[in-house]
Amino acid sequence: MTSPAPAGTLAGQVPAGPLIEARGLVKRFGGFTAVDGIDVSVAAGEAFGFLGPNGAGKSSTMRMVGCVSPPSAGTLRILGLDPVHDGSAIRARLGVVPQRDTLDEELTVRENVVVYARYFGLSRAQSRAKADELLEFAQLTERADDRVEPLSGGMKRRLTIARALVNDPDILLLDEPTTGLDPQARHVLWDRLFRLKRQGVTLVLTTHYMDEAEQLCDRLVVMDGGRIAAEGSPRELIRQYSTREVLELRLADGVAGSEPARVAELLARDARRTEVLPDRVLVYTDDADAAAAEAEQRGFAVVSALTRRSTLEDVFLHLTGRTLVD
Amino acid sequence: MSVQAPPGGALRAVARSVPFPLGAGLAWRLLERNARSARRYWIVIASGFFEPVFYLLSLGVGLGALVGPIEVEPGRSVPYAMFVAPALLAASAMNGAVFDSTISVFFKLKYTRLYESVLSTPLRPWDVAVAEIGWALLRGAVYAGAFLLVLVAAGFVASWWALLALPAAVLIGFGFAAVGMAASTYMRTWTDFEFVQLAVLPMFLFSATFYPLSTYPPAVQWLVQATPLFHAVQLERSLLLGDVGWGLLGHAAVFAVMAAAGLVVAARRLDRLLLS
Amino acid sequence: MGGATAGTASQRGSAAPARPPRPGLMAGRAFSFWLVNYRRNWFGSAISSFLAPVLFLASMGFGLGALVDAGPGGPAMGVAYVAFVAPGVLAATAMQTGVGESTFPVMAAVKWQRQYHAMLATPLTVVDVLLGHMAFIAVRILATAAVFLAVATLLGAVLSPWALLALPAALLCGLAHAAPVFAFSATQERDTGFMLLFRLVVTPLFLFSGTFFPARDLPPVLEQLAYATPLWHGVDLCRQLSLGTPEAGPAALHVAYLLLWFLGGLLVARRTLTRRLQR
Ligand SMILES: Nc1ncnc2c1ncn2[C@@H]1O[C@H](COP(=O)(O)OP(=O)(O)OP(=O)(O)O)[C@@H](O)[C@H]1O
Ligand SMILES: [Mg+2]
Repeated sequence: MTSPAPAGTLAGQVPAGPLIEARGLVKRFGGFTAVDGIDVSVAAGEAFGFLGPNGAGKSSTMRMVGCVSPPSAGTLRILGLDPVHDGSAIRARLGVVPQRDTLDEELTVRENVVVYARYFGLSRAQSRAKADELLEFAQLTERADDRVEPLSGGMKRRLTIARALVNDPDILLLDEPTTGLDPQARHVLWDRLFRLKRQGVTLVLTTHYMDEAEQLCDRLVVMDGGRIAAEGSPRELIRQYSTREVLELRLADGVAGSEPARVAELLARDARRTEVLPDRVLVYTDDADAAAAEAEQRGFAVVSALTRRSTLEDVFLHLTGRTLVD
Repeated sequence: MSVQAPPGGALRAVARSVPFPLGAGLAWRLLERNARSARRYWIVIASGFFEPVFYLLSLGVGLGALVGPIEVEPGRSVPYAMFVAPALLAASAMNGAVFDSTISVFFKLKYTRLYESVLSTPLRPWDVAVAEIGWALLRGAVYAGAFLLVLVAAGFVASWWALLALPAAVLIGFGFAAVGMAASTYMRTWTDFEFVQLAVLPMFLFSATFYPLSTYPPAVQWLVQATPLFHAVQLERSLLLGDVGWGLLGHAAVFAVMAAAGLVVAARRLDRLLLS
Repeated sequence: MGGATAGTASQRGSAAPARPPRPGLMAGRAFSFWLVNYRRNWFGSAISSFLAPVLFLASMGFGLGALVDAGPGGPAMGVAYVAFVAPGVLAATAMQTGVGESTFPVMAAVKWQRQYHAMLATPLTVVDVLLGHMAFIAVRILATAAVFLAVATLLGAVLSPWALLALPAALLCGLAHAAPVFAFSATQERDTGFMLLFRLVVTPLFLFSGTFFPARDLPPVLEQLAYATPLWHGVDLCRQLSLGTPEAGPAALHVAYLLLWFLGGLLVARRTLTRRLQR
């Protein structure tokens, strides 16, 4: 911090530039490189996502941004500050939802929020008021005085999110916020996150669900093997790396003339691109119904044919040759 | 902006090493959390008071009848109970501090992962070290105070110097807690706690706690004098029996050194473990 | 436990495979699990179970013993203090091993690592699980006691060949504590109860049941209380054997009393464990 007028401030106002700015960011664990030189920039008010499969380096990145893991190389500035030297000051303005819940099981639901608020320096009265407000927000008021241990997974996740909000964070870091939850619990959580977004909180989240990324993110990067494979809004990415529609064909096993590779090759003539997966063939085209008709006309042993719109899953498949959730 | 430690790093580390609470304002908050969770098992905490009292009754009163008076300085003998009581005070300061700083810290480090969540707030590893040691000392002070009251009530206290026995017990606890915490950052599994037992139990049994140093042959005496608990016992025994000299500062210095060294190592190691 | 298990010999011959096996018959499988488990983790308790009692003997028997033997109460003991205290430590160690093995490990198997549940997902019954674990606890007590007894003998703290019988006596003493504590552990949700058990029950037992000084030196009320504890009976039994002064009548009484605690504890443990695992 040698510049005469540091861009970063400790006082609580948000700097003019990006809230998070990484250049050539690297994380190594011993000889293993988990994050391999990524450039990321997140603006205030944005909802930014890291989409990637297991081991892509999402959590490692999040931990660096959360100032609990020093970068191995590259530069990282958060709220205009350097996480290595001003980690404590930055963390005071972050909300962190780690991949695995780290709730304090020795305390009650309410105490979890109160104690956490105290860590941020809130007064006792402020902490109590904040806890009431956030438990309401997380729909946990009824369980306020229960122990944490017997709560369901979804409730624990909501509590973790509520806890991350005690300091009215400028940036909320969510590492796989809905993994392991049932569809209803996920929608409840998404709803809460939408509200935060409307209030102007900057969201940074990781996920390997493309629907989650599509729902929540204004902009996202696709990560694979510690690198960024593509960047853009969900729509841009789909437009750029996929077609409007997709035909998914499941074929009967072992029927001569309907081998997946052959089917793909024949259909590829009229389509932009095809992919052969272990259980199905994907045909990328602007008119999926036409492709389906052609498949039928050619007499392939089709078990089922599904036409749908492209998703980020298709983008990912295109970029990496692999599926997201394996 | 480089990611290497800046030249100011060492200075910063020194600045942060200012004793509690100056260097660790938010550490109080973690201490508060411990107190809050302790409300749920206060009865366990309260039960800790009885351990030295039971030992005092058994050794001091029961065995004391068999043993007879002990000569503590030339020409002065005291009942065995008075001889053993200060040792029990010192030993329980050690045991409590070691327990609080090893098992319970390890549990929070590896199992409940409490510190992981604490460190995503403004608190730093240093705060964690200070708070946990502070908590151990707080409990230790309460136990020592209560035990001293028992000794006073039983008439086992011979001098006003005994007032200093309480701060002495806290200092002893500080030394052991800091070293214990540093040690617990090196533990990988519960199995490693057998090494803690291996250090603590022989000290408890052999550091001139239950019988005078002169019982040992000279070669062994030298070894006994090398253990920290020996110095703790000497310190408390001198204070409670009013047998005070400048030498006591030497005994006290042992624990000041242990505390400083333990704290520095513990905070460093926590940095490495938690901010990886 | 089901009444369907009592089959006549002829029925057994026709052995319908679906018939549930007799509870307790497969305890050996649970036992071998604990044994294998122990072989992996033995170091985790090596010092507290093998070294600690020897250190206690050295400190109390020899260090403090020198003062006792020269002190006013020494001659009244009739033997060197170390010979008096060694069987006391033997019985107390058996108790501590028994209690230690039936607290945290039981809680872990019920709740933290749920090994019991894994066992019950096989043909094993709750009785198998209980007896298998208890058999393992017996082995642990026996091993600890044997090592201690051997060391005490080498150190000259054992006066008579009768001491060989102190080994089964110590085992019985340990089990007399392990079984009721097992029953208690099966009801616990948290380890809080264990801390209280250790501090408010085990430590006083260790210190006041005639281990380090005769119970008759206690105040009258405490003396009577000491006689009611199973540990005192274990200590006295071991002491009679170790000093070579066994008396048939009192010894039989000790054995009977310890058996009562062991079997009574087992019965209660079967109930509490069943209730815990099959709710
Ligand atoms: N502390 C660590 N020590 C060693 N290797 C690590 C550590 N943390 C992460 N890794 C490795 O770094 C790689 C990236 O891990 P990371 O947790 O960042 O992936 P992720 O994208 O979050 O995956 P997931 O979707 O499974 O959570 C993995 O190969 C992992 O094994
Ligand atoms: Mg992850």
